[in-house]
Amino acid sequence: MATRKINVDGKEIEAEETLTLLQACEQAGAEVPRFCYHERLSVAGNCRMCLVEWVGAPKPQASCALQVKDIFPNKDGTPARINTNSPYVKKAREGVMEFLLINHPLDCPICDQGGECDLQDQAMGYGRAAFHRFNENKRAVEDKYMGPLIKTIMTRCIQCTRCVRFATEVAGVPDLGATGRGEDMEITTYLEKAFASELSGNAVDLCPVGALTSKPYAFNARPWELRKTESVDVMDAQGCNIRVDTRGREVMRVLPRVNEDVNEEWISDKTRHACDGLRYQRLDQPYVKKNGKLVPATWAEAFAAIAARVSATRPEKMAAIVGDLAAAEEIKALKDLMGSLGVTNLDCRQDGAKVGRGPRQSYLFNSTIAGVDAADVLVLIGANPRWEAPVLNARIRKGWLNGLKVAGVGVAMDQTYPVEDLGSDPSVLAKLTDGSHPFAQVLKDAKRPMLIVGPSVLARADGAAVLAAAAKLAGETGMIGPEGSASEGGWNGFNVMHSAASRVGALDLGFMSEKGVAGILDGASKGEIDFVWLLGADEFDMAKLGSAFVIYQGTHGDAGAHRADVILPGAAYTEKEGLYVNFEGRVQRGKRAAFPPGEAKDDWAILRALSDVLGKRLPYDDLGALRAAIIADAPHFAEEGTAPARPGADPAVWSAIGEAGAIDSAPLASGMRDFYMTNPIARASKTMAECSRIFVSGSAKMAAE
Amino acid sequence: MSLRRLHSEQPASFAFNAENMKRAEWWISKFPAGRQASAVIALLWIGQEQEGWVSKPMIESVAAQLSMPYIRVLEVATFYTMFNLHPVGTYQVQVCTTTPCWLRGSDDVVAACKKRIAPTPDTISADGKFSWMEVECLGACVNAPMLQIGKDFYEDLDGPKTEALIEALRKGETVKPGPQNGRHTSEPEGGAITLTDPQLYNGGYSRAEGKTGDAG
Repeated sequence: MATRKINVDGKEIEAEETLTLLQACEQAGAEVPRFCYHERLSVAGNCRMCLVEWVGAPKPQASCALQVKDIFPNKDGTPARINTNSPYVKKAREGVMEFLLINHPLDCPICDQGGECDLQDQAMGYGRAAFHRFNENKRAVEDKYMGPLIKTIMTRCIQCTRCVRFATEVAGVPDLGATGRGEDMEITTYLEKAFASELSGNAVDLCPVGALTSKPYAFNARPWELRKTESVDVMDAQGCNIRVDTRGREVMRVLPRVNEDVNEEWISDKTRHACDGLRYQRLDQPYVKKNGKLVPATWAEAFAAIAARVSATRPEKMAAIVGDLAAAEEIKALKDLMGSLGVTNLDCRQDGAKVGRGPRQSYLFNSTIAGVDAADVLVLIGANPRWEAPVLNARIRKGWLNGLKVAGVGVAMDQTYPVEDLGSDPSVLAKLTDGSHPFAQVLKDAKRPMLIVGPSVLARADGAAVLAAAAKLAGETGMIGPEGSASEGGWNGFNVMHSAASRVGALDLGFMSEKGVAGILDGASKGEIDFVWLLGADEFDMAKLGSAFVIYQGTHGDAGAHRADVILPGAAYTEKEGLYVNFEGRVQRGKRAAFPPGEAKDDWAILRALSDVLGKRLPYDDLGALRAAIIADAPHFAEEGTAPARPGADPAVWSAIGEAGAIDSAPLASGMRDFYMTNPIARASKTMAECSRIFVSGSAKMAAE
Repeated sequence: MSLRRLHSEQPASFAFNAENMKRAEWWISKFPAGRQASAVIALLWIGQEQEGWVSKPMIESVAAQLSMPYIRVLEVATFYTMFNLHPVGTYQVQVCTTTPCWLRGSDDVVAACKKRIAPTPDTISADGKFSWMEVECLGACVNAPMLQIGKDFYEDLDGPKTEALIEALRKGETVKPGPQNGRHTSEPEGGAITLTDPQLYNGGYSRAEGKTGDAG
């Protein structure tokens, strides 16, 4: 790539021509203040805070809007000299700051942005403390309604338009805009409707001042009171990197953490705002059912009740189901405990997904999330990434902006980018494979085509056959290339997308059996199974459990707890150390940000303690030993943070995916009905209930189908 | 200039009439495929010519026609002061009050409007025929003070002349646009005082044919 020499503050650097001057200055180690500029948004150049001095130029230059390729050397051939901290620059920026502060209210003491406000910070450096000459009234702006998540105090707005650009470019929901002009410019949604994006909370993060703040978090805490814990999200299977902010034992808010390979710096509204669900409906002590009623019990009583039941039944009549939010630790502990009892009826696929039998690649997002950037054609198969993995959807949208062509089989909802509709008939897959479909040519001509199989497709009765058809399509249309990442010349375009955070980890640990959850429930309703352990499993019809003895180990009083005979209170994802595997197969570590409420305990520790009571002591006494046991089972758990290498075109792998079989003609479709209500934590959250009311059941257009 | 918001009372619907639809389509056809949003200002202007002002249904109809989000059209409609976001009279009187006109007595013109139309700007007169507003420089400073009605300039006004103009229009009379004090365009009052020699215009000063000029 072409580069150009520039001299920043006396330091000569070689900068790529495609960079902006601001980026080049940062490469040289200079810090440039800014409000409107953001790496992931288009350049607006309207705040003027990033002014620098280009020696010889008649005016200060807005470094965000000036490209390195436009900077020419001095007459004598020496590199252009850029000053970022000269008195000239300071004076220029002080002038800008003075203008910004003319109309900015002095309400920092009651502003939620206080303590983490760009304007506050930069006013420390460039504010003219010694004098002010503006004695007129400040302008006041009416606050706007932007939905249940964004609180607006528009008088504070400095019109950087980051939120408008985010909504239009990244979220793909062009609801925000700037009306009026000059002093009367206002940021608003069209006639104050709610900002209908699953990523709307990110606009709050982007706002450099306190104009957009988080509505549920309003007046709750100051940033310096919070303890910050870097963790991983479990609301979907993408494994977005988050920072959990706690005060005392309460989770106050969840913010994104930058991880270029996973979530860049975005998180979905469910990830961000479901955290109030951690306060409500919590199970904080064990319960045992006596005379048809759940009554509080001690741990010893609960364990005794379980032990009595275990000794009264036989392993063939026992079963265990893992829920969608479980970490690898408790899955491993439960598997080992059940294994030591001789139980084989285990499963983690609550939705009945027909995956996990073949090689690991058969249930992973093999292209990796970052790989979407390199793809040129994408076929969505019964997937709804906008709801099933909203941050991945932002990535796909970014790809579309850069030329990615997206087609969909059974994609009903607006994905925020155009999706060529190939119908919803499963037979389209075969037609694409044999070339009789017009779109097959597009796939054939593509350099790096990819497909994404949605979770609802796998959950069909013929899920395995559809999966096999998708694998065949991938194999026949050049989606399976050489090993390695796209930059290394490799490619693997076969992707399965999950929506349950625990799914890949549980499949890796082999928490499954031929029977499947359907078989277990079937057995329970027939009375063949009379002992079912639910590890946070709430997503199926509890009536199907028949008269079985149900142990619910989990966090919330949701469906499973209502049906349970014994309740063991566990720890939510913010309250325990846990390994989670996202749909790429990337192992990431969640950290404890707060302690579980009341008598609730870490889930693996509960299982370890119970194993003692049952006389089948599990061979690990601490987290380290447990993780060593996990790694012994599945060595890739040792490689935290990296996605697995993408294996190339090994026919043995790609012919073993799914099962050959007849495919039903029922149309492919995504089964997610309510983005905001997909797990016990979200269902306990008032904020999510409000979002669901407004965006899903309300008249808002995005309600699917 | 004040905050520009949509009017509180909006019509139920908007549609271009057949002729204006043709004009709109002609504007859209001027831009390459996929760039039809470029026609937004033209379409809003045609809509305003048809209805007198820009309404919410008009914004939404134009947005749908150009495949734009509603907010993008609202941004344009609120940005340009040439778009009326509220109903106006049949005669919309735009009085220039920028410095040259003001120095030449635009205050009297405004007072006349207040007296004959409505005490406040952007208010439709009792008979529904007029509304007035202050605007910035309309570029006829040589004939200040002036006002614009529709596409016509009425220049060299004062208070009484403005009142007479309004009353004449109210009665349905035709008033000749341009200077209202009898002068021709921006010539001095009472006629031109320079360049009056007719030979300047009838060729009298041109050289006789065949003669070449001396070096000069």
